[in-house]
Amino acid sequence: MIENIDLSLVNWSRAQFALTAIYHWLFVPLTLGLSFILAFMESIYVRTGDEIWKKMTKFWMTLFGINFAIGVATGLILEFEFGTNWSNYSWFVGDIFGAPLAVEGILAFFMESTFVAVMFFGWNKVGKKFHLASTWLVAIGANLSALWILVANSWMENPVGMVFNADTARNEMNSFRDVVLNPVAIDKFTHTVTSGFVLASVFVTGISAWFLLRHREEILAKKSIFIAGIFGLVSSLAVAITGDRSARTIAQVQPVKFAAMEALYDGKSEAGLTVIGVLTDSDDRIGEKKVHDVKMKIMIPKLLSIMTTGEGSGYVPGLKDLVNGNPEKGILSVREMMERGRYARQVLTDYKMAKEIGDDASVASLGAKFQEQDFINNYFRYFGYSFFDHPWQVIPSVPVTFYSFRIMVALGFFFILLFVLAIFFQRRDKLERHRWFLWISLISVPLAYLASESGWIVTEMGRQPWIIQNLMPVSVAVSNISTGAVQTTFILFAVLFTALLIAEVSIMSRQIKNGPKH
Amino acid sequence: MISHAFLQNYWWLIISLLAGLLVFLMFVQGGQSFIFSLPHNDMQRKMLVNALGRKWEFTFTTLVTFGGAFFASFPLFYATSFGGAYWVWMTILFSFIIQAVAYQFRSKPSNVYGTSVFDTFLFINGCLGPFLLGVAVATFFTGSDFSLDLFNRVTWGTGWHGLEALVNPVNLLLGFAVLLLARVLGLMYLYNTIDDRDLGASIDRALVRNAIPFLVFFLAFTACLFLGKGYRADSDTGEVTLVKYLYLHNLISNLFTLILFLSGVVLVLVSLWLGTIRHSVKAIWYGGIGTVAVVMALFFIAGYGETAFYPSSSSPGSSLTLAKASSSQFTLKTMMYVSFIIPFVVAYIWYAWRSLNRKRINTEEMEGEDHTY
Repeated sequence: MIENIDLSLVNWSRAQFALTAIYHWLFVPLTLGLSFILAFMESIYVRTGDEIWKKMTKFWMTLFGINFAIGVATGLILEFEFGTNWSNYSWFVGDIFGAPLAVEGILAFFMESTFVAVMFFGWNKVGKKFHLASTWLVAIGANLSALWILVANSWMENPVGMVFNADTARNEMNSFRDVVLNPVAIDKFTHTVTSGFVLASVFVTGISAWFLLRHREEILAKKSIFIAGIFGLVSSLAVAITGDRSARTIAQVQPVKFAAMEALYDGKSEAGLTVIGVLTDSDDRIGEKKVHDVKMKIMIPKLLSIMTTGEGSGYVPGLKDLVNGNPEKGILSVREMMERGRYARQVLTDYKMAKEIGDDASVASLGAKFQEQDFINNYFRYFGYSFFDHPWQVIPSVPVTFYSFRIMVALGFFFILLFVLAIFFQRRDKLERHRWFLWISLISVPLAYLASESGWIVTEMGRQPWIIQNLMPVSVAVSNISTGAVQTTFILFAVLFTALLIAEVSIMSRQIKNGPKH
Repeated sequence: MISHAFLQNYWWLIISLLAGLLVFLMFVQGGQSFIFSLPHNDMQRKMLVNALGRKWEFTFTTLVTFGGAFFASFPLFYATSFGGAYWVWMTILFSFIIQAVAYQFRSKPSNVYGTSVFDTFLFINGCLGPFLLGVAVATFFTGSDFSLDLFNRVTWGTGWHGLEALVNPVNLLLGFAVLLLARVLGLMYLYNTIDDRDLGASIDRALVRNAIPFLVFFLAFTACLFLGKGYRADSDTGEVTLVKYLYLHNLISNLFTLILFLSGVVLVLVSLWLGTIRHSVKAIWYGGIGTVAVVMALFFIAGYGETAFYPSSSSPGSSLTLAKASSSQFTLKTMMYVSFIIPFVVAYIWYAWRSLNRKRINTEEMEGEDHTY
């Protein structure tokens, strides 16, 4: 069956998941960050009794509510699309991957959805402190929810805490602790939620700047910029630190993705980090994949080596090393991995066939292989490579990964500057005088979304062709349904999500124009 | 040492509980299906929507958790059913997306499409959601056309990918029974929550009109279920065969299941009596608890004992039993510890619910409240 998978089915299934994920991530980061900003504002209200803080909380809460529902809806689709469109994946790793999703539902999602109702409808029905506690619990619940889904996602990037069971022909969890404390998960959670905080802070700063440009709601706007500025600055510094950690981890566990992020084809010692560059096609190729030259580049010498190895003279492998192999550096070629993976897959097939026909002797001898460390470490670990026809197929889209990474990083540093200026001007009460800054703040709102989506594009496009790093390519994970069915649902979702996004933007714009209720 | 079989049964119990709670909470969908027929004016519609709108997230969250728990505990079911019966699940999901936004958007200015479009979304979700979930669950008893290969990869037998379930009369009976039950529970909830005499009178009339067909469909389904054949999975050989009265046997051979089923049916009947004859606001609680009990009992009948809970009508050997479809012992045990938090979750939901529902919704509240749908 796997050999006959229609690539257009794989691509449409990927497109549908990407569509849902991109839309989902338009709404979720605002929820993650704005929920905390609401909690800060309401805390000040409860502490001081100053009605302006209540008015601010209610205004931003209205925008939160408009945004919240679509995030929830698209999240539901993502969860079920693992089953509907990636059923082979669901079985192969459901034993591990399903657990964080279930924990998310039980532990976090109920908390979020229960207290969001109190937050919206409880103003005149419950006490001030209970209401405040509910607002905090919504923020905590939303971020806990992110924790579990990111644990699940990180496991796909760096599968740990599991063992392969030949009888069930799937991977099974043997350490929940390892799954949760996966280094990729820790980096990804901290990086992702803090990026959500940054986006929400930019959103609040931008909308507040609009009020100031229109000479409206000036007290609300200035106080909002102060809260968002501090929250945003702290968060954007955290994003930079966690981003650096995350890149170092990627260099270790996903070297192909790391090389694609840098468009590094030839491995080198004392490798510099490309800050800016333009990719152009060269005459060189790796299989059918074009090799790109990086032109007009600005580099920081040795930084890539330092990030990867901890030493300025360290060797950073390029895509050619990783595909063709580099015996000097102990890097196996993909072709060799394919061969070893095919051997492992044949052993598994023989084992399953022997069980089917009741050949006990073969079952015993083949089954024993799955306990041998040599077989596990030198053959079975390359199981996923057995599904490729050509070594170059392990290379993701270099331009997409390279440019998305730079957009994300550049905007991340830009936001640090934005928040520093916001706090500076706010504390000196000079925000209105610097209308250029207010305009930049407003224009930054869509840029925050661009940065956020770019981050996910680096993550998800950069790890192609894997759905689970080194274990399962996307082509094997897909459900056995017709391409037409997926095309139809893709179009339905695209139309629906776009229609809902238009409505959301329209409602949100109107609510902002109306301003807070007096 | 907790055995793998115990953990599989434990997780089927949790799945059954979540299924029961989900069907109960579909009173939100049932209530939505009345959005065009019950209210006589915009204010009544606003009260109806706001009464339901404060609870939609519970249903949604329970659906998400139901899916997540199924994925974690019985991943082969998740892969087989969702990856095979593609169109049924996609239609259900589609109806839930449009519900989630409809509450927030319907009355907001500049919502582009107008209130009536979002109300139509609520109506579609109110009808399709419970009906299709009922049909999907009915296939636990009637079977589906799929086969699994050596590596448990699913191939669906028809290009309809689940929609073929709609031509099986038994599936339709449960689909309509669940839809009508959701409508009955929705009416009971609205009666409990809204303080409006005129709307209350409409609810009374609608309750009678929906309770009777619900009983007819439910009784017809249970008759087909208990008097028909079921998919028995031999615990020694793993062979799956069709056996007459299997589900009746599963019901009466387990005293706990029998008591749960009968007490659930009695509670639902009591709630109908309270709702239609006594006009009591408490009917929803009897109906709700009864619903949870009956649904749990039906899941017990489908999954426990020597029974395939997700049978294949075309390739009996591919049918799923709890043992075959479950996660590993380690995962189920880890998840069991997580599940111990469920009573705490139920407690805070109950507390928050009571805090918001102390006062019934009325016209004054709708005119004075900041945040209304």
